[in-house]
Amino acid sequence: MPLRVDKATTSLFLKRRRPTSEKLVDIGFKNFVLAMASLVAVVLFSIFAVVYYESTESITRYGLRFLFSSAWNPVTDEYGAFTAIYGTLFTSIASLLIAIPLGVGTAIFITENIIPKYIRDLIGIMVELLAAIPSVVLGLWAVFIMEPFIRPFLNMIYEIFGFIPFFGTEPLGAGMMPAILILVVMILPIITSISKDSLDQVPSNLRQAAYGIGATRWTTIFKVIIPAAISGITGGVLLALGRAMGETMAVTMIIGNSNNFSWSIFAPSYTISSMLANQFGEADGSQVSSLMYAGLILMILTLMVNVFAQWIVKKLSLKYQ
Amino acid sequence: MKSSSLKNLTYKPSLARNVGNKILTITAASFAAISVLPLLLVISYVIVKGGSYINIETLILEPEPPGDDLLSAGGIGPAITGTFIMTVIASIISIPVGVGGGIYLAEYSKSGRFAKFVRFGTNVLAGVPSIIAGVFIYAIIVSTKILFGSMFSGIAGGISLSILMLPTIIKTTDEALKLVPDNLRRAAFGIGSSKFTMIYNITLPAAFNSISTGILLALARAAGETAPLIFTALFSRYYITSFDDLFYEMGSLSVLIYNFALEPYEAQNQLAWAASFILVVLLLSLNILSRWIGTLGAFSKNKV
Repeated sequence: MPLRVDKATTSLFLKRRRPTSEKLVDIGFKNFVLAMASLVAVVLFSIFAVVYYESTESITRYGLRFLFSSAWNPVTDEYGAFTAIYGTLFTSIASLLIAIPLGVGTAIFITENIIPKYIRDLIGIMVELLAAIPSVVLGLWAVFIMEPFIRPFLNMIYEIFGFIPFFGTEPLGAGMMPAILILVVMILPIITSISKDSLDQVPSNLRQAAYGIGATRWTTIFKVIIPAAISGITGGVLLALGRAMGETMAVTMIIGNSNNFSWSIFAPSYTISSMLANQFGEADGSQVSSLMYAGLILMILTLMVNVFAQWIVKKLSLKYQ
Repeated sequence: MKSSSLKNLTYKPSLARNVGNKILTITAASFAAISVLPLLLVISYVIVKGGSYINIETLILEPEPPGDDLLSAGGIGPAITGTFIMTVIASIISIPVGVGGGIYLAEYSKSGRFAKFVRFGTNVLAGVPSIIAGVFIYAIIVSTKILFGSMFSGIAGGISLSILMLPTIIKTTDEALKLVPDNLRRAAFGIGSSKFTMIYNITLPAAFNSISTGILLALARAAGETAPLIFTALFSRYYITSFDDLFYEMGSLSVLIYNFALEPYEAQNQLAWAASFILVVLLLSLNILSRWIGTLGAFSKNKV
C-alpha cells in the first residue's frame, strides 16, 4: 500500500531548509580542518626555510668545502663538518648492519610457529616497549652500565687487532663503538615491528604451497616468505636508518663529542645531531650559521632516506591481497 | 621395494637440510633473545637502581646546585611538574591541529592531490630528527624573542614538542576514520544530517578509541623527548610559582637526566637515575594504557 501524503505535508517538507546556522557551522568546520591540514605543510616548509635561511651565511662562505673539512675553530672562524657527517653516516650504517639480522631474525622467530603463540606475542610486546624507553634513559644506561661492561672486550679487540686503523686507538670510555651499540638498541624495535607486520601479511597459501612441494621451514622463509615481505622489511630498515641518523641524546652522551677525525671506532667522535646538541646552546655568530648548515645537511640526509623508504615500499610491494 | 620407500619417508634428523633447519631456528631464537635482552637490562637497572633513590624528598624537593654532598642533593619535583606542563602545552596545540588535519584527510579529501601531498608531508615531518624541531623553534621563537620578549621558555619547549606529536596524531586520526565503514556515513546523510553533524556524532565517536591510542602514544613520545628541549626550554631548578613563569626557563625530567648524568658528582647521578625511574614508569604505563584502549572495540580491518 503506497504511503499517502497530502499536499500540505509535502509542501511543509519542501519548505524545510537546513537552518543557516547549521550551514555556517558546516562550512566553518570544513575550513577549520582544511586550515589544520595545511598547517602541517606550512610547518614542514618553514622548518626547511628557516634552517636554510639561518645557514645561508655559512653556505655562501664555505660552500661545498664545508662537507670535506674537519676544521672546527671558533677563534679563526673556520668550520667544516666532515667529522660529524662521517660520524653520522658511519654510526648509523654500522648500527643498521648489526640491527638488520637481529631485527629481521626476531621478526621471523615471532611470526613462525616455533614456540607457543603467547610467548611470541610477549616477545613482540617487549620489543615494542623497548621503543617506548626515551633515548636519554638509554644514554644514561649506556654511560653507567653498558660502556664499563663492554670496555674490557673492546680492549681485547684493541690489543689483538690494534694494527688495523679501525681499531687503532685504545678504548677509554666514550667513543664511536658504544654509540653504535646503543643505536642498535634504539633501532631494533623499528626493524622488528615493521618486519613482523609485513611478514604477518604474507598469505598462508604461499607457505602451504612451499611446504607441499617439500621445502623445509627455512627454505620457505628464504625463498618465499622474505621475498614476499621484502617491501615492508626494506621500508622498516630505511625508516630505522633515518631514525639512527637523527638520533641525538643517547649518542651525544656516549660518543665523546670530539671533532678530531679518527678512523678508529674506539675514538671519540661526533654526529651532526650530537654536535648540534652540544654546541648550539653556547654558539653565536658564524658558529650558529655553521651549525645550521650542518643541521640542513642532516635534514637533507634524513629526507632522502625517508622519501626513498616511501618510494621503495610502493615500488616493491607485491599485491597479495 | 615397499619397505625401502617407506624408509625414505621417515624424518632423518641427520640430513643436511634438517641440520641446517635446526641451526637456523636456533640462530633466530638467539637473535630474539638478544633483542629482548636490552629491554630487560635497561628496565631492571632503571627500576632497581632508580627505584632505590625514590623517596618523598626526591619527589618533592628542588634540585640543589651540583656538588658532592649526597645529603643535600635535593629532588626532582620541578622537573616532574615541568615535564607535565610542557606536555600539556604540546597537547593543547597538537591535538586540535592533528585531529583536525586527520579529519580533513579522511573525511573531506580522501584521495585528492592536496591530501596526498599532506600525507606525504606528514610522513616527512615524522622523519625530521627531533633536534631539528628544537633548532627550528630556537630560530623562530627563542632567538627572535617573539613571545613577549622572553627567550628560553616552557612555552617554546611545549611548542617544539607539539611538532613531534603532530605527525603521529594526524596519521592515527586519518587511519582510524578511514576504518569507519561508509554505511554509517550514508545512513547519517540519509536521515538528513549535515557533514559536520555526521562527523561529530557518528564517525568521530566511532573512531574515538583508535584516535586516543594515537594521542597517548604521541604524548608518551613527547614526554620522553630531550633534544627539542635543551635549547628551547633549557633547564631550571625551581618550581613555577605563577603564570608568568611559563615564559622563563623550565626544567623537565629528560633534560634533568641529560644534565645530571654528565655531572661528575654521585649525588646528581643518583637524581638522574631517580628521574629515569619516574620517566620510564610514566611512559611504559602510557604505552600499556594506549594498548589497552586500542583493544576496546575499535574498528579494525578484520572486524568490519
